[in-house]
Amino acid sequence: MNTTTQIPENMELVYQYPDSMTKTYTHYCPGCVHGIVHRLVGEVLDELDLREKSIGVAPVGCSVLIYNYFNVDFVEAAHGRAPAMATGLKRTNPDKFIFTYQGDGDLAAIGTAEIIHAANRGELISTVFINNAIYGMTGGQMAPTTLPGMKTTSSPGGRDCKIAGYPIKMSEILAQTEGAAYITREAGTDIRSIRKLKKAIKRAFLTQIEGLGFSCVEVLANCPTNWNMDPWESMLWSKEQMTPYFPLGTYKMREEVKALKV
Amino acid sequence: MAKGMVIIDVERCKGCGLCTHVCPVNILELSPDTFNAKGYRPVTVTDMDECIGCAACATICPDVVFTVYRQRRQRATATA
Ligand SMILES: Cc1ncc(C[n+]2csc(CCOP(=O)(O)OP(=O)(O)O)c2C)c(N)n1
Ligand code: SF4
Ligand code: SF4
Ligand code: SF4
Repeated sequence: MNTTTQIPENMELVYQYPDSMTKTYTHYCPGCVHGIVHRLVGEVLDELDLREKSIGVAPVGCSVLIYNYFNVDFVEAAHGRAPAMATGLKRTNPDKFIFTYQGDGDLAAIGTAEIIHAANRGELISTVFINNAIYGMTGGQMAPTTLPGMKTTSSPGGRDCKIAGYPIKMSEILAQTEGAAYITREAGTDIRSIRKLKKAIKRAFLTQIEGLGFSCVEVLANCPTNWNMDPWESMLWSKEQMTPYFPLGTYKMREEVKALKV
Repeated sequence: MAKGMVIIDVERCKGCGLCTHVCPVNILELSPDTFNAKGYRPVTVTDMDECIGCAACATICPDVVFTVYRQRRQRATATA
């Protein structure tokens, strides 16, 4: 829209569109937390002046088209293999900033081995992990993170943990690896948690820049479309139902990471 | 005098309504009678004079619809 609005003299700009993002409209459903986390990543890339030296690794899942939304280089990995690609990129381009952005189907199902071993090797990469307890892109099938009793298109009677196993807690697992420097679980579902999440993303990115080890920020998110909820209801559901099973908090933070100024 | 002001990029809005739930002064609502090019009812401001420039709307918006301005503080202090 080209309407010019007069900004009163006494006002200052407090929020504007991140430079590191393109103006392309995203394909995400209305109210999807993927959009919020993209925006936070864009803000952090701006604040740390990383735009010209970043290479992102895109996953398979709803965020498969993430490269359309950022003004940075991107490569597309096969399903779950983003940490392996990121490893190669970082080892051959140690001066670049390398991050993966992955869903729970990508990171916690088909890509479980890749993320655990990348963390264990202490690869100097950063991962943003969106946990929405479901396979969003393919139509709402059960994920390893689907809550007990939760109905999905492939568990219409609710997840039966006796048959399908229990929701997997990736942050707790990754925190056990020797190479991990910073592992935290945050939420993207209300103002306070979103502000805290942004700081966590910044700390994770700085962990790589300072060469301290592997970092991963898990984000409890939503999928209003496949949860069959309106967006606000899905935010409340995520907080009420997901947080008790996936407790928020920092699962590993090395002293040097703690000392970082965020 | 308004303490804040927002500019809305109507065409980016997907009418998800998240911002309407977090605005502390309740001035955001989905347009009852207009649509944007994508067919969504975009968010509108009912009374800009009430805006406090807190940027809660911009913090939760998944589609980066808002630009936010706030009245300058009298003394120069670092903003959070
Ligand atoms: C090798 C391979 N196996 C399966 C698929 C099908 N597939 C596409 S996306 C997806 C899961 C995505 O779920 P998630 O990672 O949670 O992301 P979301 O869509 O929820 O953001 C699957 C199983 C695929 N594309 N490639
Ligand atoms: S299907 Fe779910 S995760 Fe995918 S864009 Fe829609 S709401 Fe987001
Ligand atoms: S800046 Fe704050 S007060 Fe103004 S519209 Fe946004 S949420 Fe409401
Ligand atoms: S949060 Fe953003 S996309 Fe959703 S209704 Fe508000 S302005 Fe529109």
